[in-house]
Amino acid sequence: MQQLVLILPALNEAEVLAGVLARLKAGIKKLPLTTELVVVNDGSTDQTAVIAGKAGATVLTHLINRGLGAALGTGLAYAKKQPADFAITFDSDGQHDPADIGKVLSPLFKNRADVVIGSRSLNRKSKMPFLRRVNNQAFNVLTWFFFGKTTTDSLSGFRGFNRRAIKSINLKTERMEVSNEFFAEIKRHRLRLEEVPIKVIYTPYSMRKGVQPGNIFAIIFRLVLRLLR
Amino acid sequence: MFAVSRVLLRLKDGTLALNNFIFWSGLFILALIGVIRPELTSLAADKLGINRGSDVVVYASILLMFYLIFRTNILLENLRHDLTELVRKLALKK
Repeated sequence: MQQLVLILPALNEAEVLAGVLARLKAGIKKLPLTTELVVVNDGSTDQTAVIAGKAGATVLTHLINRGLGAALGTGLAYAKKQPADFAITFDSDGQHDPADIGKVLSPLFKNRADVVIGSRSLNRKSKMPFLRRVNNQAFNVLTWFFFGKTTTDSLSGFRGFNRRAIKSINLKTERMEVSNEFFAEIKRHRLRLEEVPIKVIYTPYSMRKGVQPGNIFAIIFRLVLRLLR
Repeated sequence: MFAVSRVLLRLKDGTLALNNFIFWSGLFILALIGVIRPELTSLAADKLGINRGSDVVVYASILLMFYLIFRTNILLENLRHDLTELVRKLALKK
């Protein structure tokens, strides 16, 4: 049976992690492959790592916080080592619905795409708060400008990769600008990209996390630096 | 003179690499020449079409500083990356 590594980058998510993992474990039972839950503990100072371990997930711990990009990089490096057939990144703050994993997996499974992005904008029913939508659009434009790739949700944390993508993607950025770096890597290795609609669950908790509007200038600066490194 | 002695000390205790030493010594020697023979800066000024010798010195210094700051930023980013590589290796070790 083929193997899927589910990557959950987590920074101080003790409040919701147990619930997220429980729902995930129920959700992955229906999938036609073996799934390994991998929580990347990015220097959490709360019980995140302990909770993840208790739920039976593989825990990779960054001794100090390095950022979202670094956590995803570690998760993908682990997937590469296994070697996993597929890897899917999933938010650990409860924003994503485990039922959408099948949707993201489908194009990879059918070998129609190397990278799949779950887009919150494609799904007409889910409402992204206005400010978030504006911010997201700004990043979409940025992505198109820097990397020539059009996308409807450049900031989505719900991404799927097949073996080929896992092997070739090399992340160098470390914080939130990783969202844009994925597109650069996709273009560079000429990976096939497909987007699927996903549901998003906004809770007061998850609203506090993620790319805040206003981060954009720091992120642009780091992206330019990345281009020059 | 003070600056050159500082640089020499750094070279001696191995903190500064040879390339760096040559760069900074060269810089300070240029500065020394500029002070002892100011006519040379006026010569450079005429060739570049800038008003005064001291203006050339200022412009050149600013450009040099921009370049050095840029290089420093790149160095810092590389250091961040090295740190992450280390943390990642530790995370994957088990």
